Amino acid sequence: MSPNQFSRFEIIKREDFSDVTYLLECYHPLMAKAARAGQFVIVMLNEHGERIPLTIADYDREKGTITLVIQAVGKTTREMQQACQAGTSLYAITGPMGIPSHFDKVKKVACVGGGLGVAPIFPHARAFKESGAYVIGIVGFRNKNLIFWEDKFRSFCDEFIICTDDGSAGIKGLITEGIKQAIEKHPDIDEFVAIGPPVMMKGCAEATRPHNIKTIVSLNPLMVDGTGMCGGCRVKLGDQVKFACVDGPDFDGHKVDFDDLMIRLKRFAEEEKVAMERWSEGCRMRDQVQV
Amino acid sequence: MAKKKTIRTIPQQRTPMREQDPRERVTNFTEVACGYRVEEALIEAERCLMCPEQPCVAGCPVGIDIPGFIQKLTEKDYRGAYDVMTDTNLLPAICGRVCPQETQCEGVCTVGDTLEPVAIGRLERWVGDKAISEGWVNIPYIEPSSFRVGIVGSGPAGMACAADMAKAGCDVTVFEAFHQPGGVLRYGIPDFRLPNEVIDAEIDNLRKLGVKFECNTLVGRLFTIEQMINEMGYDAVFVGTGAGYPSMLGIPGDSLNGVLSANELLTRCNLMRAKEFPNYDTPLPHGHRVAVIGAGNTAMDAMRVSLRLGAEKVYCIYRRSRTECPARAEEVHHAEEEGVEFHWLTNPIAVIDDGKGGVRGMRCVRMELGEPDDSGRRRPVPVAGSEHDFECDLVVFAIGTNANPIIGQTSKLKLNKRGYIAVDENLATSVAGVFAGGDIVTGAATVIEAMGAGRKAARNMKSWLGIRDIDFPYAAEGRDSTNKLFGIDLRERNFARVRVAATAKP
Ligand SMILES: Cc1cc2nc3c(=O)[nH]c(=O)nc-3n(C[C@H](O)[C@H](O)[C@H](O)COP(=O)(O)OP(=O)(O)OC[C@H]3O[C@@H](n4cnc5c(N)ncnc54)[C@H](O)[C@@H]3O)c2cc1C
Ligand SMILES: Cc1cc2nc3c(=O)[nH]c(=O)nc-3n(C[C@H](O)[C@H](O)[C@H](O)COP(=O)(O)OP(=O)(O)OC[C@H]3O[C@@H](n4cnc5c(N)ncnc54)[C@H](O)[C@@H]3O)c2cc1C
Ligand code: SF4
Ligand code: FES
Repeated sequence: MSPNQFSRFEIIKREDFSDVTYLLECYHPLMAKAARAGQFVIVMLNEHGERIPLTIADYDREKGTITLVIQAVGKTTREMQQACQAGTSLYAITGPMGIPSHFDKVKKVACVGGGLGVAPIFPHARAFKESGAYVIGIVGFRNKNLIFWEDKFRSFCDEFIICTDDGSAGIKGLITEGIKQAIEKHPDIDEFVAIGPPVMMKGCAEATRPHNIKTIVSLNPLMVDGTGMCGGCRVKLGDQVKFACVDGPDFDGHKVDFDDLMIRLKRFAEEEKVAMERWSEGCRMRDQVQV
Repeated sequence: MAKKKTIRTIPQQRTPMREQDPRERVTNFTEVACGYRVEEALIEAERCLMCPEQPCVAGCPVGIDIPGFIQKLTEKDYRGAYDVMTDTNLLPAICGRVCPQETQCEGVCTVGDTLEPVAIGRLERWVGDKAISEGWVNIPYIEPSSFRVGIVGSGPAGMACAADMAKAGCDVTVFEAFHQPGGVLRYGIPDFRLPNEVIDAEIDNLRKLGVKFECNTLVGRLFTIEQMINEMGYDAVFVGTGAGYPSMLGIPGDSLNGVLSANELLTRCNLMRAKEFPNYDTPLPHGHRVAVIGAGNTAMDAMRVSLRLGAEKVYCIYRRSRTECPARAEEVHHAEEEGVEFHWLTNPIAVIDDGKGGVRGMRCVRMELGEPDDSGRRRPVPVAGSEHDFECDLVVFAIGTNANPIIGQTSKLKLNKRGYIAVDENLATSVAGVFAGGDIVTGAATVIEAMGAGRKAARNMKSWLGIRDIDFPYAAEGRDSTNKLFGIDLRERNFARVRVAATAKP
């Protein structure tokens, strides 16, 4: 009963960027029409699956598709890596969720993406470019082999900075290195937008705080419904509590309590481990049977 | 008719309902209350006095003809009982299980003045269950009209509105954000109180009426209410999105990892089936000692779920006394039997952390009842110097909800001061053709009130669309009028639709 009149949640394209990062392009014309930069969907692989939030990394209104770029980090994202091929369908895609990002009239903006945030920052870069801003893209990868979408970024960024942990491409070092250089070169940057793991967003917020540059971060707490009903996604901003799924996911990076976010992301560390081990065990057994 | 019954001639004892033994049932999610057998239902039905003034009917938010269906039961005309029931209530198997009968029909039952009131809820449930097991469904002759109606939210309010509009011949689609329909019935109320099969059966009945359910559809974000009217061709829309957005405790430590809302616990457990982890992927937090804050139905469900998930101790922390406790009496009774420890007149003031982001205990203060507050209940005030700590490793809060913001964020519908959708006495919103009802209008209430609102909205939606049916414009004509009015044959329980704009005036 899961598919609806708008979509059967088919995957029409799959692309692998590395052994942990893959792209799924899904056919959902209405979603493609409604999606705005900064929004996300909740996906279920199958009936037994978890509801996992994934950012809409791109959308194509003519083709009627949305693009998800996923890092395989745990049971669900790995299982999807195996199961989701072009021609297969997901059990559910719901969205677009969250408040679309604002694109204030800014002259100069830096879009920062690290880890699983590289793809989601792309629609921001594009939207800022389309609104006439000077866009500096800053992305971080572990090494050269993991780099993807470089051309895509370059076509919407006036400047594009890549950082790699091992220096195999671009600047050697963490993404904060790239941020520092960008601020030195362009003291007139009006705004930063950062998406990535919480440590990275925290680093970015700390780097811009002394310069008093507005910094928007897109938070990724654990979620269940994504409709504001459970409070599982709550985040702390100063003494306020907000629900990332309906009040966000964009927030003022200088107010966010990242330590709280990082602790809350570990809520189910035990269970995630059990699920992962059980699943890997299942895969091994299946492989043995097939051999 | 048989000779008139009196309070002295009816069975004096209320017929008990078999239940799973408390020790047994805390280890499973199977339904606690087993329902009447047919003999039991017949004995209980004999207890109804068939009062001419029918206080119970007035006590029911949707005005079920209670003596009417009980009369059919005593005649062993079970199908007849179901027909009488479904005249007003579409979901008897659900309402019989979850309505707070003690404050509604049973609370005003004449028999209750002297003895225990007639077990109306149990009889209602029996009729509903019988219909499900027999596969009965009342589908009237429906002549399609050209109207399309969109319903947002598949909770009891949306379902009730959908059913009535489908019976009026409209092409009805229910949009639900979750991957399964049912609203709180599905994600909130646990299986041991309302099994999924019952919800499925009632939803199937709606499908048989021609209602379409579209899950995974987040209205407001995928398309807006205005788009439904202006672009997607819906002639009218009903919004029944429920009250989400749990209220936070607002005390130190409330964002610790061992602190979660009852909604989250219940959604994970019921909808996502985390109780079957790792066969289902969604995890659940497990506590050995669980403190649940609040004493409404949601809190009772959270406590009883926690016990079934293996908690050794479950505490109920409530700042008022048992008299003010808003949960159904039966739920409190069941929770007590199952071993929940109640701490009435106790208010949490802090959650104590274990230094690792988790919970080690709670700090509470004792309360006493002072002057009545706005709600008429006596306001609890803290007793000085009564702070005390106790150990627990999971804190679940069920202290109420606020309005879900999505529809407000995405439409021009006027909201009231508290953020709920503002409606007039016909449940019409500020946007023409858009009606709203249920928890999103009133704040958290009950299943039957939500259903009542859905039906009321449907009535007004029909008159707004220019659909006339026997329930509404001709209600004054009386049930058994046999003449045909404007081509409506009342015996057929049929509906005539007059699209005002399209039809030439006589
Ligand atoms: C609004 C939002 C947008 C997101 N967008 C993307 C995206 O575009 N691409 C992408 O790859 N991932 C994205 N994520 C994260 C993604 O949802 C999680 O990686 C996924 O739920 C992990 O599921 P799993 O079962 O594979 O791993 P699990 O076994 O559940 O977890 C494995 C590890 O991943 C971490 N993790 C779990 N959930 C999250 C989370 N919500 N955020 C960050 N880390 C998490 C855990 O702490 C654990 O260390 C987003 C999350 C949110 C809230
Ligand atoms: C745990 C719990 C136990 C309860 N126990 C009882 C009880 O024993 N007896 C009783 O009478 N009452 C009980 N209640 C209260 C009762 O369930 C509610 O009052 C009733 O369900 C409200 O119905 P509704 O149709 O207004 O909303 P809901 O049942 O909340 O349904 C709303 C639906 O709309 C969906 N939705 C929300 N936003 C959107 C959107 N933007 N687009 C699409 N869909 C959307 C939601 O996902 C949900 O499915 C309980 C409530 C809870 C939480
Ligand atoms: S009030 Fe009680 S006894 Fe009288 S008709 Fe209603 S159920 Fe029967
Ligand atoms: S995910 Fe449940 S409230 Fe945000």
